[in-house]
Amino acid sequence: MLKIPAEKINDLFDRIAMQQTLYIPVDREDKAAEFKKYESGMTLSKALKTVRSAKDFFFPQTENLAEFKLSGKNIEVKDIRQENEDFVVFGVRACDAKSFEILDKVFLSDPVDTFYQNRREHGTIVTMACTRPEETCFCTTFGINPTVPGGDASVYFDGESYFFVPFTDKGKAFMASISDMLEEGDVSKLSEVQAKAREIMTRLPLANLTTDSFGGEKLMEHFNSEKWAELSEACIGCGTCTFVCPTCQCYDIRDFDTGNGIKRFRCWDSCMYSDFTKMAHGNPRTSQLERFRQRFMHKLVYFPANNNGEFGCVGCGRCLSKCPISMNIVKVMKALEDK
Amino acid sequence: MNNDTLIPLVGIITDVRQDTPDVKTFRVNALDGGKVFEHMPGQCAMLSIPGVGEAMFSITSSPTNKEYMEFSIKKCGCLTEWLHAMDVGQQITIRGPYGNYFPVETELKGKDLLFVAGGIGLAPLRSVINYVRDNRENYGDVQIVYGSRSKDDLVDYQEIIDEWMADDNIQVNLTIDNPQEGWDGHVGFVPNYVKELAPSINKTVLVCGPPIMIKFTLAGLKELGFTETQVYTTMELRMKCGVGKCGRCNIGNKYVCKDGPVFRYDELGALPDEY
Repeated sequence: MLKIPAEKINDLFDRIAMQQTLYIPVDREDKAAEFKKYESGMTLSKALKTVRSAKDFFFPQTENLAEFKLSGKNIEVKDIRQENEDFVVFGVRACDAKSFEILDKVFLSDPVDTFYQNRREHGTIVTMACTRPEETCFCTTFGINPTVPGGDASVYFDGESYFFVPFTDKGKAFMASISDMLEEGDVSKLSEVQAKAREIMTRLPLANLTTDSFGGEKLMEHFNSEKWAELSEACIGCGTCTFVCPTCQCYDIRDFDTGNGIKRFRCWDSCMYSDFTKMAHGNPRTSQLERFRQRFMHKLVYFPANNNGEFGCVGCGRCLSKCPISMNIVKVMKALEDK
Repeated sequence: MNNDTLIPLVGIITDVRQDTPDVKTFRVNALDGGKVFEHMPGQCAMLSIPGVGEAMFSITSSPTNKEYMEFSIKKCGCLTEWLHAMDVGQQITIRGPYGNYFPVETELKGKDLLFVAGGIGLAPLRSVINYVRDNRENYGDVQIVYGSRSKDDLVDYQEIIDEWMADDNIQVNLTIDNPQEGWDGHVGFVPNYVKELAPSINKTVLVCGPPIMIKFTLAGLKELGFTETQVYTTMELRMKCGVGKCGRCNIGNKYVCKDGPVFRYDELGALPDEY
């Protein structure tokens, strides 16, 4: 297997960044990790995951859709789309890599969202295998193997070297562009690291969580559950879960008057917000119970109903660590589970 | 790059008709004449004034109208207030068509049809009614029961009198909620009127109106012996994208913009009551 010694990883980043924009996870001052555009000298974070998911790369928090020029009664529509530049996201974990497949089902289904598609086509995902999953991790619940993270190419770290394996044409092209910096390496230590990670996974607190009680066929049963009142009681509707979630894809479209025309943009929105479904003549979800229920029903029931049983959660655990009232999808699943 | 449905086209208002005190019907053409796009009865379009807002409206004209599209719009919010202030010649942005449509070429073909509408609920049904009139040989009996708060609130009243009521092949039953000077027609709520008229239970029903009207109409139809598989309606929820991606118009796992807006009642019954 081809590898690069750990001490040379920045040389590799410098090389990649010469050819295209590179993003890597780096530690902020507060030690939390986030993806940043690579600049020479930056250090790859050792954190298991970034605070925010990697969905920004394909579905940014805000993006412009079109511009309008108004003059008198006339309207001119400007298509402001431009072909994206090629970029590499390095160090994406298995959960986030899987979330792109879920977002694809939404944005690449007919009619294709060209804004998303454009970024998707130009982005190369280089994943990084997990070696020490955390107590909030439950990706295996959704059939994800964090030691085999997928993407266009994967990187495995054995403590001394980074090993590279390509999967897609994009991944192979990426490998070809750095092949002169890679050398053949001995994988015996890597096997030990992977075995250790798999062993940790079996001991995680959420290791036994299953999706057996969920899916499209449970629609009315779960919708009508009496548990929602208690589960949603303390929810303050802040939307933090939505914003850190790698699969939440709801968006708003709004206009902004620049003083020199109108910009139409979209931005992330949340079904947890009270005006999400509000219309001139009323609102079908007036209580936080209904809004709370919508979010979890979407991930555990509605999404699988529309996507051959695939769930809208990847078990990254971000909502577990970030919810200010410590409510999360795991608690919801356990409460609704068939006993 | 391929076209993206979120980037709208431009249309021009070529006629404005004040239908009722709070409903206007707008005629929309492409800038070079003709229609901006084709549609089927029951489908919708996103209309917008950039900087004001964008919202989904049913296309009230029939696809058999080859010259223009029409939208009957009730003044009830920010955008609609702006639209009501428009004059002929104003340009708007338009994108669509969105959603499914009444199955005029399949399930409804050859059937006796009963249209039940209340208030602005006539807007989506008018498209179907005029489609059926223009393809009259494909359908059996046609009956229209339409009601509003008052005579002045009947949308498309002139067309109803001049064309629908003058058509021997259509039975039209109008009603208003309360007695009014100059009205010698039926007085009473639509659901009760439907029960009084006791239409043949062989008919296929297309119903649209305020939720409360739909609810009682459906209950009345069931009393008469109709089943849910005979009744179609069209739904409305908040929408931003129109193509099932922005995530806000779902009823259970169905998106009203994409899987609807037209639902058969048995389909709707299998979904959560959250609309």
